[in-house]
Amino acid sequence: MNPKSRPPSWLAQRAAVWSRLRDSLPTWRRGRLSRQDALKALDAYRVLARDVASARKALPGNPITIALETMYASLHAIVNREPRHTLASLRHLYAVEIPATVQELKPKIVGVWLLFALSTAAGWWLIHTWPTLVDLVASRDMIEHVQRGELWTDGILNVTPSSVLSIRIFTNNIVVTIFACVAGIFYGLGTFYVIANNGLMLGAVFAYTRDYGLDGDLLKFIFAHGTVELSLVCLGGAAGVALGESLIRPKLASRRESLEHSAAKIAHLFAALIPLLVVCGLIEGFVSPDSAIGWPVRLVIGLANLALMLAVLSGRFFKSGAAA
Amino acid sequence: MSTHSLIVTSATGVDVELAIAGPGSRAYAFIIDWHIRLLLAVIWFGAASLFMSKVSHFGAKSPAVLIMIATLPATALYFLYHPIVELLMRGQTPGKRMAGVRIVDRQGGAPSTVAVLIRNAFRLIDCLPVLYGVGLITTIFDTHRARFGDLAAGTLLVHDGDSEAHALAQLGSLSLNPALDPGTAALGNDLLLRWKELEPDARRRLARELLTRIGGAVGQVSAPPYTDSVDDPQLQQQLRNALSGRAP
Repeated sequence: MNPKSRPPSWLAQRAAVWSRLRDSLPTWRRGRLSRQDALKALDAYRVLARDVASARKALPGNPITIALETMYASLHAIVNREPRHTLASLRHLYAVEIPATVQELKPKIVGVWLLFALSTAAGWWLIHTWPTLVDLVASRDMIEHVQRGELWTDGILNVTPSSVLSIRIFTNNIVVTIFACVAGIFYGLGTFYVIANNGLMLGAVFAYTRDYGLDGDLLKFIFAHGTVELSLVCLGGAAGVALGESLIRPKLASRRESLEHSAAKIAHLFAALIPLLVVCGLIEGFVSPDSAIGWPVRLVIGLANLALMLAVLSGRFFKSGAAA
Repeated sequence: MSTHSLIVTSATGVDVELAIAGPGSRAYAFIIDWHIRLLLAVIWFGAASLFMSKVSHFGAKSPAVLIMIATLPATALYFLYHPIVELLMRGQTPGKRMAGVRIVDRQGGAPSTVAVLIRNAFRLIDCLPVLYGVGLITTIFDTHRARFGDLAAGTLLVHDGDSEAHALAQLGSLSLNPALDPGTAALGNDLLLRWKELEPDARRRLARELLTRIGGAVGQVSAPPYTDSVDDPQLQQQLRNALSGRAP
């Protein structure tokens, strides 16, 4: 029926259909649709599109047209929503997508590691040359501990239980890694700052503890968790550099699109980074501060953690799991 | 077309226009959500602490357990509220629902899981230096009123809620007299929907004018019989009857 020729009859006829559709919307919007409901929604979407087009011609700006447009927009959102992630897509993420992103980021990972190493060396040289500058990078509590001839981590388990310590540590590390990444939105400069700052602090602290003969103890404390933890922060930094590059040298039509594309790609990385940072946090809470654990055990744990990280990031861990 | 709207070309060839929410609606939604998550965290912390102090077996002997049970879920509630609720409610939170806004992707659909997580990760930048300063500035200057999180995730905050409920209610109550012209029918339905929001004098005057017009249009009413003696509910009922074509 042509709505232009007989609008009132057309409206009256369609009102019942719209009313039924309106009642179905909340159910369709809520959860997963059955095959039958999905087909119904698609059919309703097509029918409503026709009605919206007719109403726009016959009744432009009319409240009924606006109501139909609103319902059409809701239905559009329902019809175009993404399916929920399944186990298969998760396996694909870990076995294919994450390793591919890591491969793509390789030059940036090397670059960020280099920046980290250089800033560590700079921090070491700075404090080795002017020890009084340590106030800039370390807290008073840390400095006082070192001056007393002990690490600030000594006896920490008497104050805070390992479980609480682990949670606090991995939460902090996750935030730092995410921040190293998202700070890349400032054309990569934010990421450079975070990485250089962390490197500078590490180098400075090593130089300061060396003056008191504690650098060996610090290395012993750091080794089991630090190798992987710092690698993951640098990986987050490499992702941040990629974000910055997408703005400086957009590969798509606009900077906005390029940023969006880059962010979506690197976001997958965090599905691997976060669990690995949790593992590092657990090691740092349970193993690293425990003075009863000697170098051999720390060495084994540190290397095993490193192997785990490489297996996860290269996808081997999940490929072998899938094969088994 | 407004500059603050998203036009989505759909597969059917009929465009979808969505009004983009500004910083005011964002801030309003955020404040409501902030209160909700703070309240939830405080309630959990208080209840767990109380419970643990009563159960001496745990409370006295293991302060670590108390810290874990009281603090950890409370902290998680506070910090993970947005990503979790936005994922579960497909781009909405209670605050956003109350403010009448929702998150959509650039195709007008519900945001993907990845988009929601990216959007929330960028809160670390948007909340700098204090009170979402960076986010607020970008929403003011960006043409799509997007903060950094939205730019990176490819999402937008659009108006929804009240206007949608109102518009859909209008369709639900659409009772049409086939003899009426659609403009009058829509106007009448709109008046009935807003009846309680309008001043009594204004709504009575509008109803009388409409009834007169309807009477003239369909030939059911010969002269304006709607005097001041007709009370408010009666007038409302007469209008409803006239719109649906039922006898007065």
